[in-house]
Amino acid sequence: MTDTSDPDGESAGPDAGDADGDTKAGSGEPVVDAAEVEHVAELARVRLAEEETETFADQFAEILEYFEALDEVPDLDREEELVNVMRADEVEAGLAQEEALANAAETEDGFFKGPKVS
Amino acid sequence: MSTRTASEERAVVIGLEVHVQLETDTKVFCGCSTEPADDEEPNTRTCPTCLGLPGALPVLNEAAVEAAVKIGKALDADIPETTTFHRKNYYYPDLPKNFQLTQYDAPICADGELEVSVDGERRTIGITRAHLEEDPGSIQHAGGSIESATHTLVNYNRAGTPLMEVVTEPDFRSPAETRAFLAKLEEVLEYLGVFDATRDGSLRVDANVSLVDADEVTEDGSVPEAVLADANRAEVKNISSHKGAEKALAYEITRQRNVLRRGREIEQETRHWDEGRGVTVSMRSKEAEKDYRYFREADLPALEVSDWKDRIPIPELPDARRERFRTEYGLDDEAASKLTSTKEVADFFEDVAGEYDPELAATWVADNLLGELNYREMEITDVTDRLDEFTRLVELVDAGELTVKNAEEVVLREMLDEGEDPESVIEREGLGKAESDEVETAVEAAIEENPDAVADYHDGDEGAINFLVGQVMQATGGSADPGQVNGLLRERLDG
Ligand SMILES: [Zn+2]
Repeated sequence: MTDTSDPDGESAGPDAGDADGDTKAGSGEPVVDAAEVEHVAELARVRLAEEETETFADQFAEILEYFEALDEVPDLDREEELVNVMRADEVEAGLAQEEALANAAETEDGFFKGPKVS
Repeated sequence: MSTRTASEERAVVIGLEVHVQLETDTKVFCGCSTEPADDEEPNTRTCPTCLGLPGALPVLNEAAVEAAVKIGKALDADIPETTTFHRKNYYYPDLPKNFQLTQYDAPICADGELEVSVDGERRTIGITRAHLEEDPGSIQHAGGSIESATHTLVNYNRAGTPLMEVVTEPDFRSPAETRAFLAKLEEVLEYLGVFDATRDGSLRVDANVSLVDADEVTEDGSVPEAVLADANRAEVKNISSHKGAEKALAYEITRQRNVLRRGREIEQETRHWDEGRGVTVSMRSKEAEKDYRYFREADLPALEVSDWKDRIPIPELPDARRERFRTEYGLDDEAASKLTSTKEVADFFEDVAGEYDPELAATWVADNLLGELNYREMEITDVTDRLDEFTRLVELVDAGELTVKNAEEVVLREMLDEGEDPESVIEREGLGKAESDEVETAVEAAIEENPDAVADYHDGDEGAINFLVGQVMQATGGSADPGQVNGLLRERLDG
């Protein structure tokens, strides 16, 4: 399955280099409510009980607060960003099939084997 | 809420997202080969990077960037000063990292166009953007259909293959236009040498389809954005050829018209084109819920390659070449189109035309070779390594050592059917032109044995000469040159 981006939403995308804007960085009060936790859990295919949702909402809020410490970091001179780091189009030795599958919990006929998905 | 009635006329609006596989030796972010694995053995084209193992870092393949710049040039697109990569997060086993490396707000190509011809009408299709990304791996729903499967088997050989996603403006007004566009895009990409249409899965298309009030379509054929935003659209996935696109979209448009005719609303949803059954099927709406939480890929520095546009040359593109063939070789539209249908055909024609008469070359390549290949459902790419044999065949005809008729009807066909070279077909079939004394003997005999025809000729009956030529041809088993025979007969009869 090849999922594709939604071109409509992209013209108004975030500034390059800006991280995910959901945490409202700098507002001081990142709000994480139960609905947001459920949404994130859904995207990550994690099933949460109702009381867990509440617990996680509190914990998320707490964790995000830690990031506010970054607001205190003074502006520093930094190295210039790298650009145009590329490699030549030359084949390099990869992994043998057994090596590739070595960490898999289950395999079948050279494939990684997992639970059904749809 | 819509208050439209079923009787109102509706116009079709289609936009495409086309994924093409770039022809590089290695994957886009690692050095794994993109060649199909031996015996299609799964998971034999992987490394820590494309398996998403901890600590592995992606490094961009320069050849993929060059290909993207070439595509940008061919589509008359901008290559921005800076272009960056993002992670597109979604949770599915075809992605070992749980995200796909792609481009988001700074794609490598923006704002281009491609001109296509549909039923003789020129149409310019806007290209919103084109960006580089990695292909996911392949998954099999094992033990049943996608619904009844018991487990999933995953093969990451494809994972990390370089793709270019070309996103068009919603400029298409019919399925036929999308087909023409895709054929043209493939043609251009093959000319650029960045794409191989014969590779399995090298072209994949998603199409956004909606119906709007025909009255809303403006004079120049465009549809106001507000109208488009208002129209519910279906995204049709899993289209894998230009013919498939036309079929899938024709089906989807009929389906949407029928829904509206029954007084219902079109649902905004993702649908799957089932090629075998010839229908589009709704994917559960949950899947369509998109929240990819894009963020900048910190492991891939930005690209600044806008000046590559001047540095990287691209070959003459099909439209320009077609025009040149018309003027330089004096070909008509049909021959020029046929001879530029692929870069291989055009290159071969120019090779032959450089050595022999261009008109002869055009007939041989466009009519005889392509015609016979087409009849056998073959392409010129199926005989790439035998093109010198066809050149020798043209040479034999040009030198008068083989009749046109024998070359076309016997030698060429045997070459294609039996895989023989022209010389062995000629020898086996005894088609070498008759020795000249054999022809002379046959001419003498025809004159001696047919006094009535000779008398008719002397009485001014031009048809009589044809009869005599026929006699000579018969006597020589068709190996004589009719023009030469005609000359010899006249010489004898008039002398
Ligand atoms: Zn790899």
